[in-house]
Amino acid sequence: MLEKALEGSKKYWAWVFFLGIFALTGTYWYIRQFNEGLGLTGLHRDVSWGLYIGQFTFLVGVAASAVMLVIPYYLHDFKKFGKIVILGEFLAISAVTMCILFIFVDMGQPMRIMNVILHPTPGSVMFWDSVVLSGYLFINLLVGWVTLSSDRKGVPPPKWIKPWIYLSIPWAISIHTVTAFLYSGVPGRHFWLTAVMAARFLASAFAGGPALLIILALIVRKVSKFDAGKDVIQAVSRIVAYAMFANVFLLGLEFFTAFYSGIPGHQHPFVYLYKGMIGIDGQMHAEIVPLMWTSSVFAAISLVMLWVPAIRRKEGLLVLACIMLFVSLWIDKGFGLIIGGFVPNPFEEVNPYLPTYPETMITIGVWAVGFLVLTFLYKIAITVREQTAGVEIEH
Amino acid sequence: MSMDRRDFLKVAGISSILGFGATVASATNLITGKQLLPPQVEMNKDALRAKRWAMVVDMSKFKTDEDFQKTITACHTIHNVPDFRKPDGSVDKKFEVKWIWQTNYEKAFPGMENQYQGEHLKDMPFMVLCNHCTNPACVRVCPTKATYKLPDGVTMQDMHRCIGCRFCMAACPYGARSFNWIDPRRAANLDPAKGGKVNPEYPTRTKGVVEKCTFCTERLAVGKIPACVEAAPQGALLFGDLEDPNSEIRKIIGEKLTIRRKPELGTGPAIYYLIGGGEHA
Repeated sequence: MLEKALEGSKKYWAWVFFLGIFALTGTYWYIRQFNEGLGLTGLHRDVSWGLYIGQFTFLVGVAASAVMLVIPYYLHDFKKFGKIVILGEFLAISAVTMCILFIFVDMGQPMRIMNVILHPTPGSVMFWDSVVLSGYLFINLLVGWVTLSSDRKGVPPPKWIKPWIYLSIPWAISIHTVTAFLYSGVPGRHFWLTAVMAARFLASAFAGGPALLIILALIVRKVSKFDAGKDVIQAVSRIVAYAMFANVFLLGLEFFTAFYSGIPGHQHPFVYLYKGMIGIDGQMHAEIVPLMWTSSVFAAISLVMLWVPAIRRKEGLLVLACIMLFVSLWIDKGFGLIIGGFVPNPFEEVNPYLPTYPETMITIGVWAVGFLVLTFLYKIAITVREQTAGVEIEH
Repeated sequence: MSMDRRDFLKVAGISSILGFGATVASATNLITGKQLLPPQVEMNKDALRAKRWAMVVDMSKFKTDEDFQKTITACHTIHNVPDFRKPDGSVDKKFEVKWIWQTNYEKAFPGMENQYQGEHLKDMPFMVLCNHCTNPACVRVCPTKATYKLPDGVTMQDMHRCIGCRFCMAACPYGARSFNWIDPRRAANLDPAKGGKVNPEYPTRTKGVVEKCTFCTERLAVGKIPACVEAAPQGALLFGDLEDPNSEIRKIIGEKLTIRRKPELGTGPAIYYLIGGGEHA
């Protein structure tokens, strides 16, 4: 089936070329970073993780969100999801690929990556994160490939794949839970030390991932004959609405605990993120305050838009709501979450961080690689589906 | 595949038991079972040993800025800690690496200050370094065991195994860890081209690894006290065995009021700050 990614229209190749340019630019800057060190980034001793780890965290959520399609389809026999579920699985593959790349570009000594396997450390959450992420990649490759191959041949998928599909459900939950444990398990970082971290991660993932999927499914419908179905899009948008509600609710809980308890250390990161604080240089630092408020406003607006059926049913507005929701969560989880853990630092000093140009280009490069993978996988899925159009196969 | 020192010792130890190690094995070892390490890696007979190394910091003994500087410089010079400076001579926070440094009361003990304390109290200088915790978060989170506990309580860092993931830096509640954002040998104090000088007795690091205070394990192994303790004013930094009831630090901790940084986190810091100071032990 792989050959299907190698044949396409001029537009298809133009898109691949477009992504390729960013992937190559990112590679160039990564080579520079590899040679010169992570000093090329905006990171420093007080904010030692930044954009890369934020993207990693956010994308683990996107990857895990495939389960929101797998559960209705395979567990509740919600037949309408039959077409879109492959898009979810392939999105997961692309997202996990990006996760692995973001971890890799964040490493100070990437050539030593095998040390994680040579000196396995079951006490380390990072160790488990690498185990569950590679496992999830494998499961989704296997399930996606086997079910699509069967579709192409017009036969139901083999019975042995079922246990793998069921396994993918708890596995998806596990990747995001373990990722949350990276943060919620360390002492002395008030912003991260919260029991609802994993729950909020899952809620935001199940909102952000399917929101992206809606956008992707509508793009796919525009550029091909593959139509996931109007009511399917609506069904997914309801999932997004509920998950986003849970996410906003959980964020509210964080504010309540921090400010009603009155514990200064718990309040500081929120004050820094949403209001700004005086830094070690004596200057007011509110650089990311507009970003955080953008996230909040977008979250509120998109939630209302998704909640009101009349708005949600208009696909143009639905896409707008999904974009706002995705941007909101991207800021919140891909950036704010990390910064809030490091600022103020353990000395209650404010030493801000902003990504540099090379760091941004590497980040865009990884996204470009992820979208290349996604483009190829979707191209394959779409071609297979176009050829078997009209034939519905019982999974 | 390269082999680090610990693995080498393990292999050397096993091969000597099995009799492969030619000159290093001896039959008596096998029979008595007493001497498992080959002779050449036997502990130096002068080595300083303890069940639990710890430190008492008596801030009242640090009188001048020079007292701080010579203590910090002693450590940083011996351990080839890069000193990155901006063109104007100030510390370049972007690449900063430090093992031991001076901060103030308000920052070392956040939340303990109050609004009625005078500035001289809030700004009171404090010497801070790795706390060599009993239950260190950094060791718990390290995915490769590059940071680990030694039997004598030291939290050790293996810069040759570290993959530079910086999880330990996120986990440490004391900000005790530094990362080599760029090649540390480029720093003016280490680069011969910039007039720098490397201490050949201690390795320089590569870029992309985390480093921190190691309580001078390399000095303890040859019978020397930590460099900071040696360089600090008399009695300012007291180093000893917390498990030895007769040790000086144990007596001070038993009788005087000492405080530790963020003890509520359960990390079990081994740096004790003496309140009041004055004459002791």
